[in-house]
Amino acid sequence: MKFETVIGLEVHAQLSTRSKMFCGCSTDYANSPPNTHVCPVCLGMPGVLPKANHKAIEYTIMTALALNCRIPDRTKFDRKNYSYPDLMKGYQISQYDAPIGVGGWMDVEGKRIGIERVHLEEDVAKLIHKGSCTLVDVNRSGIPLMEVVTRPDISTPEEAREFVGRLRIILQYLGVASGNMEEGSLRCDANISIRANGQGFPKVEVKNMNSLSGIYRALEYEERRQREAVEKGEKLVQETRGFSEEGVTFSQRSKEYASDYRYFPEPDIPPLALDRKWVEELRSCLPELPDSKKERLVKEVGLSPYQADLISSQKPLCDYFEICLTENKVKPGEVANWLLGEFSHQINQAGTDPKDCQVRPHMLCELIDLVASGKISGTSGQKVLGEMFQSGRGAEEIVQERGVYQITDEECVRAVACEVISQNQKAVQDFRKGKTQVLTFLVGQVMKKTQGRANPGLTANTLTELLK
Amino acid sequence: MKLSPDEVRYVAELARMSLTSEEVERFARGLSSILDSFDMLTEVNTDGVPPTTHPLSLQNIFREDIREPSLTLTDVVANAPQKEGGFFKVKPVL
Ligand SMILES: [Zn+2]
Repeated sequence: MKFETVIGLEVHAQLSTRSKMFCGCSTDYANSPPNTHVCPVCLGMPGVLPKANHKAIEYTIMTALALNCRIPDRTKFDRKNYSYPDLMKGYQISQYDAPIGVGGWMDVEGKRIGIERVHLEEDVAKLIHKGSCTLVDVNRSGIPLMEVVTRPDISTPEEAREFVGRLRIILQYLGVASGNMEEGSLRCDANISIRANGQGFPKVEVKNMNSLSGIYRALEYEERRQREAVEKGEKLVQETRGFSEEGVTFSQRSKEYASDYRYFPEPDIPPLALDRKWVEELRSCLPELPDSKKERLVKEVGLSPYQADLISSQKPLCDYFEICLTENKVKPGEVANWLLGEFSHQINQAGTDPKDCQVRPHMLCELIDLVASGKISGTSGQKVLGEMFQSGRGAEEIVQERGVYQITDEECVRAVACEVISQNQKAVQDFRKGKTQVLTFLVGQVMKKTQGRANPGLTANTLTELLK
Repeated sequence: MKLSPDEVRYVAELARMSLTSEEVERFARGLSSILDSFDMLTEVNTDGVPPTTHPLSLQNIFREDIREPSLTLTDVVANAPQKEGGFFKVKPVL
C-alpha cells in the first residue's frame, strides 16, 4: 500500500509578559507555592472585569507578522465553554472566529508550512491528580497563552519536530516567549491521519508531547500504529490520544475534551481595532529573524553554513557570538569553533546560560587570541577555558600561573626531541625502514614530556630533521 | 423553536448537570419558549446593519503590563469547601 501522512500542529506558548492576560497578577509562578499569584479576576469571582494586557496583544501581533500572517482590522475575544476543574469560570477566554493573525507560513528545510491562525487565550489552572482527589493550583490560570495552528501541510514526524524547533527559535528571537518545553511554557498537540492509496482515514489528536524528541517519537509511533491498523484491516476511529514517556500513545476516552464548546463573544471585553499604524510600527521593529541571521552570518561574517546554522539556532549563543565580534580581535570562524566546541561543552556541564556565565565575551576572545597567536596550544586553551569557567579568572593570568605557554623555542624542542629519540630506538628504526606513521607517536612522546606545550608543527619538523 | 428532550439532556451533560426526566420535560418547555422569544428578532429586517459583537461602542480597552499585588493565600482559599496544603481540593477527575 502507498501511504501518506498528514499532520497539523497546534503549538501553545506562554508569553513572557510580567503580568497575566486579564489581571495584574505576576506571571513568575514557577517556583511559587500554590495559589499565591491569584486575584479575584483569575479566580473567576463573580462581578470582576477582565482587561486585556496590551503587551500580550503586541507579542501576538509580532509573532503573527514573523509568521507572515495577515493581521485583520478587527479582532475580539470569545468564551470557550467547558466544565473541568482547570477552569475557574467554566469557560476560557479565547479567540474563535476573529484571531489576531491569519493565513501565514513558515519555511522548514525548504518546505513551506502554512499557518492557519495565531490567536491569544488564557492558560488554565494546574491540576495535580491524586488517587482520591484532584488538587488545583490557580497560579498558572490567566497566563497569556498564544496558539499557533498550522495547516495540515506536514508530512513526516521529522518535519513536525523541525517546525516546532524553528518556531521556538523565532519566539526566542522575538523575545515574546521562553519556549521552554521542560517547564511547560511551550506545549504541542498534533492532529495526525494517514492516506492509503489516496484514501483518507480518521484523524487522531495526540496530546502531552512535552519535548521535541517527544513530538517525533509520538508521531512516529502514531504513524506506524495507523498504518499497521489499515494493513490489518482494522478500523481507525477519530479520538484523542495521550503520549507516555514509554514512547507509546494511548486512547483518552474522557469527556473533558468535549468538542462542543458553544463559543460566543466575550461580553466583558470590547472588540479590538488593530490600527494599521500600530501594526506597521510593530512590523518595523521586528528583530532580525533566524533565517536572515543565518544568511548574514554566512555572507557577511564568513561563517560556514554549518556553523551559521548551529550558531543562529541558539539565540543566547548567537547573542554572545555577536558581542565577541565587536572585540575585533579574533576571526569569526575561530570564535564560532570555540563557542560550538569547548564553550558549549562547559555551558552545558554547568547548566548556565551564556549571558550569565563568568567567562565574558572579551575574556573568551583573549583566550582565543592566545591560541591563534601560538602562545599556547589548542589543547592547553581548552584546559584554560575550563579553569576560567571554574574561577572566573582571565586567560592570561591562568596561563602565566600555570606556565602553559607553548614552547616555540627551537632549542628547547630539539632538546626534548633528542631525548625522545634516544629513549625510543625501536620506533626510530621503524621510521627509518619507512613506517612514517611512527612520527605521530614520537610527536606524542614530546607532547607528553612537555605537558602538551610543545608547538606541534615545530615538533614534527624537528623530529623529521633529526631522523634523517 | 422546539427543543427536544434529547437536546436538553445533551446541553445538561455539557454543563455537568444531572436532570430527572421530569426536569428534562420542564426545561424543554422553558428553553423552547426562550428560543421562541429570540426568534422574534429574526423578523426584524437587518439589511444594511453592520454585525455587532458587543452592545457598547467601546473598543481597545487595555491595561498596561504592570504587576499588581495578588491576594493572600488565606483569602484565596477562605471560601473553599475543601483545601489541602494551599491547594483547592476537588473530586478526582482522572
Ligand atoms: Zn489575577
